[in-house]
Amino acid sequence: MSVPTRPGGAAPPLPPLPLPRSPGGGGRQGRSPKKRRVNESISTWRLTDRIGYVLMWAAGLLLCAIGIGILAYMAFKGVQYLRPQLVLTSPTADIDQSSSGGFLDPLLGTILITLIGIAIATPIAIGAATWIVEYGRPTWLARLIDSGIEIIAGTPDIVIALFGLVLFQQGIFGWMSFTATGGAVFGRSFLTAGAMMSLIALPMVFAATREGLQSIPLHIREASYALGKTKAATIRRVLLPSVKANISTGAALGMGRIAGDTAIIVVLLGASLTLDPEGDVPGLNVLKGTGGTLTSYVYNNSPAGEGNAPQKAYAAAFVLLLIVLALNFAVDLIARSGAKTGLETSRLGAR
Amino acid sequence: MLNRLKEPWTDRRAGLLLGALACSVLAVIVFMLVFIAIKAWPSFANNGLSWFSSKGVVDQQLDAMVNSGANPSPAEYELGAWPLIYATLLTTFFATFFGLIFSLLSAIFIVEFAPERIRRVIVPVVRLLAAVPSVIYGLIGILVLAPFIGNSVITAEQKSSVQFVIPLSGTGLGVAIAVLTVMITPIMIAITVDGLHAIPRAWKEGALALGVNRWRAMWSVTVRAARPAIIAGAVLATARALGEAIMISMVAGSKGFSPNPLDGFVFFFEPVRTMAATVVENAESINAPAMQSSLYAMALVLLVGAFFLSLGSWIAKQPLKKYGTRS
Repeated sequence: MSVPTRPGGAAPPLPPLPLPRSPGGGGRQGRSPKKRRVNESISTWRLTDRIGYVLMWAAGLLLCAIGIGILAYMAFKGVQYLRPQLVLTSPTADIDQSSSGGFLDPLLGTILITLIGIAIATPIAIGAATWIVEYGRPTWLARLIDSGIEIIAGTPDIVIALFGLVLFQQGIFGWMSFTATGGAVFGRSFLTAGAMMSLIALPMVFAATREGLQSIPLHIREASYALGKTKAATIRRVLLPSVKANISTGAALGMGRIAGDTAIIVVLLGASLTLDPEGDVPGLNVLKGTGGTLTSYVYNNSPAGEGNAPQKAYAAAFVLLLIVLALNFAVDLIARSGAKTGLETSRLGAR
Repeated sequence: MLNRLKEPWTDRRAGLLLGALACSVLAVIVFMLVFIAIKAWPSFANNGLSWFSSKGVVDQQLDAMVNSGANPSPAEYELGAWPLIYATLLTTFFATFFGLIFSLLSAIFIVEFAPERIRRVIVPVVRLLAAVPSVIYGLIGILVLAPFIGNSVITAEQKSSVQFVIPLSGTGLGVAIAVLTVMITPIMIAITVDGLHAIPRAWKEGALALGVNRWRAMWSVTVRAARPAIIAGAVLATARALGEAIMISMVAGSKGFSPNPLDGFVFFFEPVRTMAATVVENAESINAPAMQSSLYAMALVLLVGAFFLSLGSWIAKQPLKKYGTRS
């Protein structure tokens, strides 16, 4: 089509076109922050700079490759091994893999422990964040609590698990778990594990809530005071409703963190295959009993655990990954619809 | 009483309640330190400073603790935890070292050089890597990486060169470091990216105007100014690496063995077990008093280490505040 124009018309205009553009783009101050044309050629750079530039591209592409590779591999294995009856049957201890059941109980365990953990973490985190932003006196105490939450965020989950074990084996927490005839408290149950899981989620809910409260302009509070509302009413009716999106982001992130945690499950929930209710009060007996979650199921069925059934481990890991990714996707949805903050660091578990 | 609760809350009461909630966080930390220290005390008391040294075979000592009765003799508390500490230090150090390089380059890429199309992929990838549970990393490590290394990377000569010391199977220090690096990189990238964004654009543009190329301007101005954030990120990632238990226990070979750097490259194939992994693996036999005390002693060491790392990241972040940007 363009053959007739090429030899005659296009040859002269083509070379001059890029020429004024390339020095012009670099020299003019007409830079827009989004689109900046790279006009300098790398070949004029010093060797060390060129090596650094290439390494940087390599690192970036490697990062993409690792992430996509993990996702694709898990999806491939998941689709290969995941069958509906795996999700719908309870696990049984059996050497023969065809009759050892699925992972219904661990799936319910994951949901249960996530709900318990977030139910405990959210009020405390919201309360602490509100107090720090809205009251925050004395200042030293506010600063101490702030760094205290940072310390909790940095504490290894295995240490939190051992702490939970010694804490809930005290006599006064006997109602939370199985108590032996001699009065020794077992300390392992959904309630105790959930209570410790709340420490994992707490920093994320706290950070999100605090960021949201801090981003509310002062005049909104003043408008509320001017209408005669008390500070407490302002917090409840004005401030907290307007950081709802932030709280939900933090909570979703915290839930993802809880669902993915293994160490606390292994130490504090017993990591058994099925849910083992304790006592005879319906509802409470499950909470007081031990059980397992998807993470402990994967751990036990990996070659490192006792089960050693890689296919089931892959299937359960795929379901677990789906849950965690769904929670992260929820974060994106909420953030797009209203949370005011970037949350770039706090959503990755670092503050 | 109930009527009083139904009344609208006074500011004072709300403040007190919220303050109490906030202070409960401090109470948790204090309780954690106290309870773990009390439980850990017998182990330290019976071993003294030699707890941190290498004496005897650590796996045998732990086995003996499982079998010791309800009232163990002081000899049964004997533990030389150095191989476990050494393994913790090795995995943490190497993972942070490689992770620092990797994350710094990736962060520069994300902030400055990545084309829009790649950036749209790489940012969700970082979030994905941060969200993947550690047990899934462990599963991939033990089912994919370890067999690959055991069958294809380790040569027969390398296996026979250390066969009288330790059998090599693929799981070991190298796999642990590789997976741990991938696990901690997202945190470092996130903090580094935030730090790089916080540096005023004009500084780098000043350098560009002086005629240096974009890489040099980025490297010598923006990255240098963001050093506090980079260090803070590295320190936080170190804390994460220090406490990683499940993944390490799956892929590191799970032997209380001290890899010998003199073995050359085989060093990276030798199995290890970190303190956190030891705690997870022995959680079932925690009712034996000697074992319990030893595990709590390890937890105390980890807790104190994590505490100092939190402190370190806080100190490292202080210079950033003077730019008046969000931390």
